[in-house]
Amino acid sequence: MIRARGIDRWWLSASLLVACVVAVPVAGVLASIGAETGGVWAHLASTRLPDYLANTLLLAAGVCVIAAVLGIPAAWLVTMYDFPGRRTLSWALLLPLAVPAYLAAYALTDLLQFSGPVQSFLRELTGWTAGDYWFPEIRSLPGAIVILGFSLYPYVFFGARAAFGEQSQGLLDASRTLGCGPVRTAMRVGLPVARPALIGSLALVMMECVADFGAVEHCAVDTLATGIYRTWLGLGSLDAAAQLSSVALTVVFVLLVAELLTRRKARFNRSTAKHIAPRRVRLSGTRGALATVFCIFPLTIGLLLPVGRFVYLSVLAGDARAGELFLPLIRNTLLLGIIAAAICVVLAICVTYASRLHRGRCGTVLREVCRSGYALPGPVIAIGLLSVLGWVDHRLNDAQSALLPGAPPLGLVLSGSIVAVLIGYQTRFLAIGVTTLQGAFDRAPAKMDDASRTLGAGSLRTLLSVHLPMMKLSILTAGMLVFVDVIKELPATLMLRPFNFDTLAVRVYQLASDERLPEASTGALAIIVLGLLPVVLLHRVLDPEPSDRRAI
Amino acid sequence: MLRPFAAFVLIALWLGQAATAVTAEQQPVVNVYSARHYDTDDELYKRFTEQTGIQVRVIEGKSDELLARLKREGEFSPADVLITVDAGRLHKAVEEGVFQPIESTDLEARVPATLRHPDGLWFGLSKRARVLAVSRERVDDSVTQLNYEDLTKPDWKGRVLVRSSSNIYNQSMVASMIATDGPEAAQAWCGALVENFARRPQGGDRDQIAAVAAGEGDVAIVNHYYYARMLTGTPQEQEAASKVRIIFPNQDERGTHVNISGAGVVRSAPNRENAVRFIEFLASEEAQKVFAGGNQEYPVVEDVSITSVLSELGPFRSDSVNATDLGVYNREAVMIMDRVGWR
Repeated sequence: MIRARGIDRWWLSASLLVACVVAVPVAGVLASIGAETGGVWAHLASTRLPDYLANTLLLAAGVCVIAAVLGIPAAWLVTMYDFPGRRTLSWALLLPLAVPAYLAAYALTDLLQFSGPVQSFLRELTGWTAGDYWFPEIRSLPGAIVILGFSLYPYVFFGARAAFGEQSQGLLDASRTLGCGPVRTAMRVGLPVARPALIGSLALVMMECVADFGAVEHCAVDTLATGIYRTWLGLGSLDAAAQLSSVALTVVFVLLVAELLTRRKARFNRSTAKHIAPRRVRLSGTRGALATVFCIFPLTIGLLLPVGRFVYLSVLAGDARAGELFLPLIRNTLLLGIIAAAICVVLAICVTYASRLHRGRCGTVLREVCRSGYALPGPVIAIGLLSVLGWVDHRLNDAQSALLPGAPPLGLVLSGSIVAVLIGYQTRFLAIGVTTLQGAFDRAPAKMDDASRTLGAGSLRTLLSVHLPMMKLSILTAGMLVFVDVIKELPATLMLRPFNFDTLAVRVYQLASDERLPEASTGALAIIVLGLLPVVLLHRVLDPEPSDRRAI
Repeated sequence: MLRPFAAFVLIALWLGQAATAVTAEQQPVVNVYSARHYDTDDELYKRFTEQTGIQVRVIEGKSDELLARLKREGEFSPADVLITVDAGRLHKAVEEGVFQPIESTDLEARVPATLRHPDGLWFGLSKRARVLAVSRERVDDSVTQLNYEDLTKPDWKGRVLVRSSSNIYNQSMVASMIATDGPEAAQAWCGALVENFARRPQGGDRDQIAAVAAGEGDVAIVNHYYYARMLTGTPQEQEAASKVRIIFPNQDERGTHVNISGAGVVRSAPNRENAVRFIEFLASEEAQKVFAGGNQEYPVVEDVSITSVLSELGPFRSDSVNATDLGVYNREAVMIMDRVGWR
C-alpha cells in the first residue's frame, strides 16, 4: 500500500474534526472524573456499585451469547444451504431490528408476568394460586438477557451473513477435500474467516447492552445505565453519575481494545477481488424443516410476539388521538431519521477511509473514539451536549451584541434547535456506520488502492471511483441501520428536541410513563412499521445473492 | 422517471415543512417546560389559546432533565413556565434559582397558602395521594384503617407490593418520613418493609394493583389516581380494580402522604405576562375541573367539584409535611433505600 502523502493529511484532519464533535459528550463525562461528590461515590461503592457492574457484565455477556447462538447459525444456514422459506428468511431475520428493545420488553413482560394473560390462563386452567407453581420470572436478569438477545441478534446475523456470503467456494472445497464434514467446515473455515465481521457485530451488541436503559429498567434489572440515572436524579449528583458513566466507558474501551488485539494478529483483507461464491446445498425432508424452524424461532420471539401483542392491545384500546396527532409525529420522526442517517454515512466514510489511508495509530484511535459514544446512555450524551452547545450559544450571543449592539439576541441557535438532536444522534450512532463501513473497507484488497494511485488518481478520486461504487450495499445498509436506530431512539430525543417537536417514540413514552400500555401500543406499532419499511424496501438491494448463484 | 422524482420532491417538501414550522411563529406565545405527560393537558392548553389567543408551546420531559436543560440554557432560555409533578423538584428549582417571584392576587386567593411558595416562586396545581390498595378477597373487610407503619409488622410478611425506589413517588414518601420521624426511624421502616416484600420491586403503580388483584401480594402502595383510572379503563383493568379497595393510611395521626404538581415562572421568561396568565388559568375553576375530571387528581382550589370516582373514595386527612422538606431529604431517602436493598 502506498503511504499517505501530504494531501492525505486532510483525511486525518477531517477524521479528527468528526471525532471532536462526536466526543463532546464523552469528554464531558471524562471531565468530571476528579470531581468531589460529597460522599455519593463512597456510598455507591459500598452499596449498589458491585450490583451495577455485575449485572452489566452478565447482561452484555449473556446477550452476546444469545445473539451469537441465534445469529451465526441462521446466517450460515441461509448462505450455505437451501431449505423451504430460505429466500424470505434471509432478509426477514433482520426484521426484529425494527422493534425497539424497550417495546419488546413492554410487550413480553405484559404477556408473561404474574398478572399477565399467560399465567392467568394457567391459573384458571389448573386452579393454582400464587406460590403453587414455578414460572420463569420475566422481570429478571435472565428475562432481560432473553429480551435483548432476541432483539439484538440481527446485528450478528447481518454481519455473519455478509461475511459468509463472500467466502470463496475454493476455501470451503479445500476443507471438504481434506475430510471435514459440513459442521467442521463451518467451525474450522467459515467462522475463522468471518471473525472480524462477527467480533465487530458482537461489539455493537455489547455496547447496546451497556447503554440500554428502557428494557433493563422495565425488567427490574439494575445496570450501570439505570444506576447513572438513579444517581443523577435520585441522589442529585450529576458528577457521581458522570463518574459512573466513565466506569461504563472503561468497560467498553477494554472490550474495544480486546477486539483490536484479536484483529492485529491477522490481516483480513481479501487477497484477490475475484472470488467464487459458495454453492448452496439443498436440505430436504426433516433436515430442511429443522432449518426452517430454527430460523423462524428468533423471528417469532423478536418480532411476531411483540407485534401480535401490540396489535391485540391497540384493537382493544388504541391511542384515541392517533388520527389527530400521528401525521406530524411521523413526519418529525422521518425527518430526523433521514437527515441523521445521511450525515452519519458521510462522517463514517470519512473516518473509516482516514483510518485505511493511515495505517498508523492515529486513524485507528480516532475511529475507536467515534465508536465509543454508542455505549453512552442517551441522557448522558444529552447533558454533555447541552453543556457544550449552551456555552457556544452564549459566546455567539456575546459576539453578536458586541458587533451589533441593540439587535435582538440570537437566542439558542444550537442547543435550542434540531442541531442539538442531530449531533446527539451522531455521537450515539456513528459507531454503527463506522462498524458497517469498516467491514466493507476490510474486504477491499489493498492492491486496488495501489493500482488506482499508481494510475495517478488522488485519494479522493480513489474513494469516489473505486471504493464507493463497490461499497454501495454497505453504505445503504449503514444508512438503513442508523435510520432504524434513530426512529427508535428515545432518551436523547426527549431531552434535546425543540418546542412542539415530538416524535413517535416521545408519544409512546408519554403514554407508557403514565402506565397506559394499551394506548401506547398504537404508537409502538407505528414505530415498528416505520422501521420495517426500509428493511423490506431495501431487501432486494441488500440481497447478497447475485442471480448466477441460484441453488443447485 | 418523472414520477418517482415528483414523489421525492413532495416528500422532501412535506418534511421541510416540519423544520420550518418550528421556527416561524409571530403570534403571542407562552413556552412551557412540563414534566406532566397527560393527554388532558393538551385539552387545557387548547382552551387557554382559545380564551387568550396566546399559543402554548411545550417541551415535555422528566423534571430533572428539564431543570438541567434550563440551567444550561441560562439567560437565553426560551422557557416561560416550568411545571413539575413533585414538590421536591419545585424546591430544587427554587434552590437553583430557576424561578422568579410573581404577584397575583388571583392565585393567592385561590391556591391555599400551604400549597404555594411564600414568595410566589411556585404554585401548586393538583394533589396526588399515596394510598394503600388492599385485596378485597384476602384482607378482611373489618380492616378499614392501616398505617404505613403497619405494613412492616410480621403479619404482612410476603404480602407487600411496591415499585422500585428509583421512582420519585417512593422517594418523596420516604423523605416525608425522614422529615417527621428522623432518618433512623425511616431507615428502620424501609428495612422492615423490604423484609415483607411479596416480590422484588418491579413495574409501575398499575402493575402493583394488578398484582394484588391476581394474588401475588395483598397490599400495594400506589398513587390514588392509578386506581381511579383503572376503574374507568379497559375491561381487564376494571376487573382488576374491582378486586381491590383503597385505604387512606395514617388517618388517626399525621395523615396520608400527599404530593403536588405545581408550576412557576422561569427567571429569564421572555413572555412573563403570558406566563402569569397561563398559571392563573391553570388555577381557574375550569382548568381545575379538568385536572380532576380527566386525570383523577385532587384539585388544589377548594370547592371545585370532583369526579364521582374521587368522591366515592371519600375525604381524607393529608400529611401536612412542608413540601420543601420533600426536596431537602430526597438524597437521604435514596441513600437509605440503597442501604436496605430496596431496589
